[in-house]
Amino acid sequence: MAIVELKNVAKRYESQHKGSSSNNAVDNFNLVTRDGEFVVLVGPSGCGKSTTMRMIAGLERNTGGEILIGGKDVSQVPPKERDIAMVFQSYALYPHMSVAENMGFSLRLKKRPAEEIKQKIDEAAQTLGIEHLLDRKPRELSGGQRQRVALGRAIVRNPQVFLMDEPLSNLDAKLRVDMRAEIVKLHKRLNVTTFYVTHDQVEAMTMGERIVVMKDGEIQQIDTPINLYDFPANRFVAGFIGNPSMNFLRARHADGAVSGPGFAFTLDAAHTQAMASRRVVDVWVGVRPEHLRIGDAAGANRVEGTVDVVETLGAVTMVQLSVGEHVVTAQLPGHQTVRIGDTLTLTCDSDKLHLFDSESELAIGRESAAASSATAEA
Amino acid sequence: MKSQRFANTAMGVLAWVVALLIFFPILWLLLTAFKTEQQAFTVVPNFFFSPTLESFKTALAQGSGYWHYAWNSALTAVASTVIGLALAVPAAYAMAFYPNKRTDFLLVWMVSTKFIPAVGVLIPIYLVYSAVGLLDNALGLTLLFTAMNLPIIVWMVYSYFRDIPKDIVEAADIDGASIMQTLFKVVLPLALPGLASTGLLALILAWNESFWSITMTDHSAATLAVYIASFKSAEGLFWAKMSAASVLAIAPIIVLGWFTQRQMVRGLTFGAVK
Ligand SMILES: Nc1ncnc2c1ncn2[C@@H]1O[C@H](COP(=O)(O)OP(=O)(O)OP(=O)(O)O)[C@@H](O)[C@H]1O
Ligand SMILES: [Mg+2]
Repeated sequence: MAIVELKNVAKRYESQHKGSSSNNAVDNFNLVTRDGEFVVLVGPSGCGKSTTMRMIAGLERNTGGEILIGGKDVSQVPPKERDIAMVFQSYALYPHMSVAENMGFSLRLKKRPAEEIKQKIDEAAQTLGIEHLLDRKPRELSGGQRQRVALGRAIVRNPQVFLMDEPLSNLDAKLRVDMRAEIVKLHKRLNVTTFYVTHDQVEAMTMGERIVVMKDGEIQQIDTPINLYDFPANRFVAGFIGNPSMNFLRARHADGAVSGPGFAFTLDAAHTQAMASRRVVDVWVGVRPEHLRIGDAAGANRVEGTVDVVETLGAVTMVQLSVGEHVVTAQLPGHQTVRIGDTLTLTCDSDKLHLFDSESELAIGRESAAASSATAEA
Repeated sequence: MKSQRFANTAMGVLAWVVALLIFFPILWLLLTAFKTEQQAFTVVPNFFFSPTLESFKTALAQGSGYWHYAWNSALTAVASTVIGLALAVPAAYAMAFYPNKRTDFLLVWMVSTKFIPAVGVLIPIYLVYSAVGLLDNALGLTLLFTAMNLPIIVWMVYSYFRDIPKDIVEAADIDGASIMQTLFKVVLPLALPGLASTGLLALILAWNESFWSITMTDHSAATLAVYIASFKSAEGLFWAKMSAASVLAIAPIIVLGWFTQRQMVRGLTFGAVK
């Protein structure tokens, strides 16, 4: 167990162009974990999640900044001396070794006594429910079982840090949900600092104590799941977290209200105050689909458009309407009578609105209390 | 349906014809080895004769030195294969798991050395060997065979290593294995079928080598290639004895190939069928 600190960590691959400084694979990465924290790295493909993990593991050298594990700078320390365990997306089990041999490999290398190795393997196997598989070879296992062996290989080490790079992405949907819960349970028990990479925001929201949202090699926001949802720091995070994703409408501000073709909203006190001090009148208005409901045409907050798509999912009905140049998705209660082609008016409470600067795309007037200084300033 | 079956039959027949065509020289060699010199010399092909072991007796006779040549062949083939693998494994390991910008070029360059005909480098090598006293020397011949096979060995071992997912090597790294431990406990066991077929191929190429064997050795380090050639003497050609000698020379390698053919096929498909 240890605190992991990443200070201005950067990675530039040799093959990347020298001249342009903007496209480091990872840039300016700052994060300090708590001891035993479960940190999730999330972001679109190619944003540098794996690269960050590989730098913590020591499989890639960071080309800038420092990485500290338990207070010790490990930037020059090879992987085998960092006391970390990694679970790979491909599981990376040793094909020629049995499950028990796979799990005991690291301990055998450390020349631990045979009884101790056996005991640790048995313990881990019991935790993961794979005692009956110990003599099998990896090729004789199902995907879910391989996944468990990979986890088992990591936990027998009792390492300072766990790294998991999309460990569940090769499993089917149901198994993924089960394993998700199991990994969280395992973490509660072992209480080892864990980095977990995923590009699935549901996984990120359900598992992470804190989530690092990345894009193009840079941190967009670090916060708890609920704060990311309530107080997205910029338009990217707002659109990335939440499912279905947030609607964005290009609007103009005037006298405590924002409006555009087909919609108008009055602002709450916080937004009004924040907007009062700004000269720029163009903003993005963000509304989550689940915060929209049927309204009336005379209301102060309204979005009006023609219905393009109606998806009846039972508990909820998803409706898509064209509002001016925008497409707005709304998540309405089940049993709606709306039909394609209807004109529909929706409404939303002012305190559920999000405003973003039209140029920098940073959030205006809403700050999470815990918003860390590590929030991207670029 | 019917035309399909006809096509299959036709293909079968064609395959047999081609196989026989390729096999015929070896069959003829075998037959000739069991003939007398007179029978071997007839112009009209003769398939029916009473076989005799006379030629084999001569070929194996005390003065022929078969065992001396066979020992040299075995020694140089095995030694060059072992040295070749020992050199190729680290090279291939570095190129497969720690590639850089120049890796591809290096591979192509190594194999391109095989584009040069052996005679092209005969004079310089001969002069160097004669200067350092490696002519007609088993060590000298072993080094030549090693150099001759090394590009192929490196290339093949490299392909087998490349088939091993990099994740597995990295997992070993994280599990605390040194490079040597990763090599011996993870990479080599996984590449074993490939290494075996690479070794077999190198062994066969060295065993069958005749150009360097004949030019660089005289007697003390001479291999079976020299032995076969010795039956073409000043007094004329001895077809039957030469055939018997050839049969004796290729027999060990054919027997080896026969017993290891499964291994060879498995290895030579380069992991294409997993
Ligand atoms: N070995 C490499 N050489 C050069 N560039 C690389 C290398 N590995 C990754 N990159 C680049 O670095 C960036 C980050 O890659 P990384 O693998 O960290 O993304 P990721 O967030 O893990 O994506 P994914 O969700 O697809 O796994 C990408 O633009 C990628 O092209
Ligand atoms: Mg990745």
